[in-house]
Amino acid sequence: MGDHGGFEDSAGVNNKLIHWFKYASPQSFYPLAGKLIPWFWALTAVFGIAGLWISFFVAPTDAQQGEGYRIIFVHVPASWMSMFIYIVLATWAGLGLALNTRLSGMMATALAPTGALMAFLSLWTGAFWGKPMWGTWWVWDARLTSELILFFLYLGFIALQAAIDDARRADKAGAILALVGVVNVPIIYFSVKWWNTLHQGSSVSMTKSPSMAQTMLWGMLLMALCFWMYSIAVALMRVRAIILEREAHTEWVKELAEVKS
Amino acid sequence: MIWNSPAEFFAMGGYALYVWGSFGVCAIALAIEPILVGKRRSLILNSLRRQRLADEIENESSREGSPT
Repeated sequence: MGDHGGFEDSAGVNNKLIHWFKYASPQSFYPLAGKLIPWFWALTAVFGIAGLWISFFVAPTDAQQGEGYRIIFVHVPASWMSMFIYIVLATWAGLGLALNTRLSGMMATALAPTGALMAFLSLWTGAFWGKPMWGTWWVWDARLTSELILFFLYLGFIALQAAIDDARRADKAGAILALVGVVNVPIIYFSVKWWNTLHQGSSVSMTKSPSMAQTMLWGMLLMALCFWMYSIAVALMRVRAIILEREAHTEWVKELAEVKS
Repeated sequence: MIWNSPAEFFAMGGYALYVWGSFGVCAIALAIEPILVGKRRSLILNSLRRQRLADEIENESSREGSPT
């Protein structure tokens, strides 16, 4: 019995040490995510309405591309998010490998379909922009090809995880694939500088002032914020479903109000 | 205001197919994804509820069946 008491003491100390990681446990993250989701949907709506208003009613007609340039207001946000989500996905995957936390793998898994959707939308809107401006839906140019590879990386990540039954093993295998694929993101971003591409150079640069009208820039930034908030909201929704799926056997899931009802 | 009439707005200066083809598909995709995630959630919740019900029935029948 004395041994048993000692074990409890050390468990207590351990609990204090890991308190900092409180929200890394699916059990405490699940209700937190539930509270955050409506706020991110509200932000999505606010930025979306403002962004669409500027996109269609404030931003002036482009001197060269007429009204066709308005595709930029969905094309650039989708492309940015496809790259940004990949970086976030790889970061969670890497954290999962390093710290062996369960939630990290779930976050990476939850982000993949949204990232794939953003990559698809980037390619789709790009094709619909390329056709009237370049005369072709598709060219094998460095920017387009590397974005297509990003899309396939997402699909590969999803397929690999789906092929492995054990969730923890699926997380590890997916994490390695995600980390190897990170090298593609800077290639996409700098492709228009490194190679002579049909795709135009970046409209917004961190080093020099933007080469576009101020209102166009605002429209693009607001739409990017809308896509960003959307991605967070939908990924949080998905991670909650994944938590329920993976923790179905646990007591805390069985005791949830939504399960009891 | 840039547009003189709704028709002019929808025509998008001759780029209607490309502009609406882009915005439309984005809108549809961003509307469908949350619905699919909601379906996934209700699927797992239903399965959890059924499991809970099965557990309750089993507990009751084992209490009635074996009076030990």
